Amino acid sequence: MDIRAPRVLIPVLVIALLVVFPLATTGFYLEFTTKVMILAIFALSLELLVGATGLVSLGHAAFYGIAAYATVLLSPKYGAASAFWLLPAAIACSALYALAVGALSLRTKGVYFIMVTLAFAQMAYYVIHDTELGGGTDGIYLNVKPEVALFGWKLVELGKPVVLYYVVLGCLLLVFVFLVVLLRSRFGRALAGIKDNEQRMRAAGFSTFRYKLTAFTLAGALAGLAGFLVAVKDGFVNPEMLSWHESGAVLLMLILGGIGHLRGAVIGAIAFTLLKELFQLEALLGPLASHWQMTLGLTIIAFVALLPKGLIGLRRRFAAGAVHG
Amino acid sequence: MDVQIFLIQVLNSVQYGLLLFLVASGLTLIFGIMGVINLAHGSFYMIGAYLAYSLAPAFGGNFVLTLLAGLVLAVIFGYLLELLFVSYLYKRDHLQQVLMTYGLILVFEELRSILVDNDVHGVPVPPWLAGSISLGDLMQYPEYRLAISAVCLVVAAGMYFVIARTRLGMMIRAGNSNREMAQSLGIDIKFLYRVVFAAGVALAVLAGMIAAPVSSVYPGMGAQVLIICFVVVVIGGIGSVRGAFLASLLVGFVDTFGKVLFPEVAGIAVYLLMAAILLWKPEGLFKQG
Repeated sequence: MDIRAPRVLIPVLVIALLVVFPLATTGFYLEFTTKVMILAIFALSLELLVGATGLVSLGHAAFYGIAAYATVLLSPKYGAASAFWLLPAAIACSALYALAVGALSLRTKGVYFIMVTLAFAQMAYYVIHDTELGGGTDGIYLNVKPEVALFGWKLVELGKPVVLYYVVLGCLLLVFVFLVVLLRSRFGRALAGIKDNEQRMRAAGFSTFRYKLTAFTLAGALAGLAGFLVAVKDGFVNPEMLSWHESGAVLLMLILGGIGHLRGAVIGAIAFTLLKELFQLEALLGPLASHWQMTLGLTIIAFVALLPKGLIGLRRRFAAGAVHG
Repeated sequence: MDVQIFLIQVLNSVQYGLLLFLVASGLTLIFGIMGVINLAHGSFYMIGAYLAYSLAPAFGGNFVLTLLAGLVLAVIFGYLLELLFVSYLYKRDHLQQVLMTYGLILVFEELRSILVDNDVHGVPVPPWLAGSISLGDLMQYPEYRLAISAVCLVVAAGMYFVIARTRLGMMIRAGNSNREMAQSLGIDIKFLYRVVFAAGVALAVLAGMIAAPVSSVYPGMGAQVLIICFVVVVIGGIGSVRGAFLASLLVGFVDTFGKVLFPEVAGIAVYLLMAAILLWKPEGLFKQG
C-alpha cells in the first residue's frame, strides 16, 4: 500500500463523517459540533500568527468579539439583514482593528508583542463592557438572524441548526484549504522564513513588517468570520467574548493540538471543548465540577510541563518509541 | 477646575501611580532577570487584598500586624512557587510561559473562591489613619491615601538603595544586564532568581494589602491590575525599575485626569498613551542595554 494513503484517507474519512453526522443526530450534539467547528476556525486563524509566523498574540479574542458585536449592532432591530453585506462588514470591522493593532504592536517583538496585543484587546473589551455602545455587561441579542436571499428567494435558512451546521462546516473546510494554499504560496514561505530568522529575511530583501502586518490583518479577518458565525448561531453576544480569558483559551487550543500544524488547531479546538465539558461533569468529578477552572488550570500546567509539543507530538513520540523499541 | 480639586486629583494620581509601581516593578524585574513573562503577577495583588480581608480577624483588626503577617506569607509563597513551578519556565519559550502562568491564574482564582468566596468585600481603614486633613477651606483629603503614598515611596526608596548600594543589588543588576556572564562570574543565579521572585511576589502582595481599604476586594482585581502593569512595563521599558517608576506615575496621572476631564473615554486613555509611546519609542522610555 502506498505509504501516503493514510494522509489522504484520514481527512476524507473525517469530512465524510462530519457530512453524514446530522443524519444520525439532532439537538445538543449537533449544536455542540457546530460550536466546536466555529472554535476550530477561530483557532486556525490564530495558528496563522503563532504557528506560521511565530507571533504570539494574547489578544486574538478581540477580533472574534468585534465581528460578533458588529454582526448584532449592524443588523436592523426588527428585520433580517442580508448576509451578503453583513458578513463582509463584520469581517471588515475585525480586519480594520487588526490592521491598527498590528501596525502598532508589530513595532515591538517577543514579550512586548504579547503584552501590547493583550493591552489593545483589553481596550476593545473596555469599550464594549463599559459603554452603552454594546449593551454593557449584559450583552445584546440578535433579534432576527441574517438571511441569505437572492431576488426574494431564501437560499439558506440560517435559523435552522442543520443548515447552520453545514454552513459552518463549509466555512471550516474553506478556511482550512485557504490556509493550506496560503502557507504553500510564496507569501506563506516568507512567513515561515520570518518565523525562522527575521533578520535573514530582511537581508534577503523582504519587507518583513509588511508581511507580518498582512498576516496579522488576515488572522484578524478570519477570527472575524468565526465571530460572525458564533453570533448567528447563538443569537447573543456578551463582552466576555473579547475577554483575555478567551484569548488565553484559544492559545491553549493551539498548544493542546500542537503548534506548527494546521490540523493541530482543529484537534486542539476539539480537545479543549471536550476537556471543558468533561471537567464540568458532576458525575465524574463530584464537588470539583463546580470548580472546573481549577482542574483546567492544573491540566494546562501539567500539559505544558509534560507535552510541550501537543497531542500531535504525543503521537510522534509513540511512533518514535515503536521504532526504537 | 479650581486649584483644590486639581491638587486632590494630583494626590490621587500619585497614590495610584505609586501603587502600580509596587506591582509593576516586580513584574519588570522578574522579566528582566529571569526572562519570564508572568501573567500570574496580577493574582498576587488579588491574593494580597484577600489576605488583608481574611487575616484581619486573626489579628484583632490590627492593620500593621496583618500587613507583616501577609508579607511573611507572601515571601514563603513566592519562594515555594519559584521552586515548584516557575523554575521550570526559564528555558521554555514565551508561549509556554504564557500558558503555564495562565494556568496558575485559573488555579489561584478557584482557590480564592474555595477558601474565601466570590463576593465583594470591604476592609476597614485602620482607625488611627481614618481621619482627613483639610486642604484649603472646603476640601478634605483622607489620611489613609497619603499613608499609601508614603509607604510606597519608602518601599521605592528602599528598592533603590538595595539595587544601587548593596551587594545583592549588584548581583541583581548584573543578572539583569547579562545573565550568563553573571553566572560565569560565580553568582549563584538560582538563589538570585528565588530572591527576586519572592521579592516581586511580596511587593505585589503588599500593594494588594494596602490598596484593600480604599478599593474594595473583588474577584477580577488581579486581571485588571496585571493589564495596566503590562502597559506600565511597555511604556517604561522591560527590566528597568526606573522606567517602571516613571511610567507608573505617568499612567497614574493619565488615568486619573482622563476620568476627570473626559469621563466618556477614560477607560481607553492609558491605552492611547501606550499607542503614542509605541509610535515614538517602540522599546519603551528606558530600555535596558
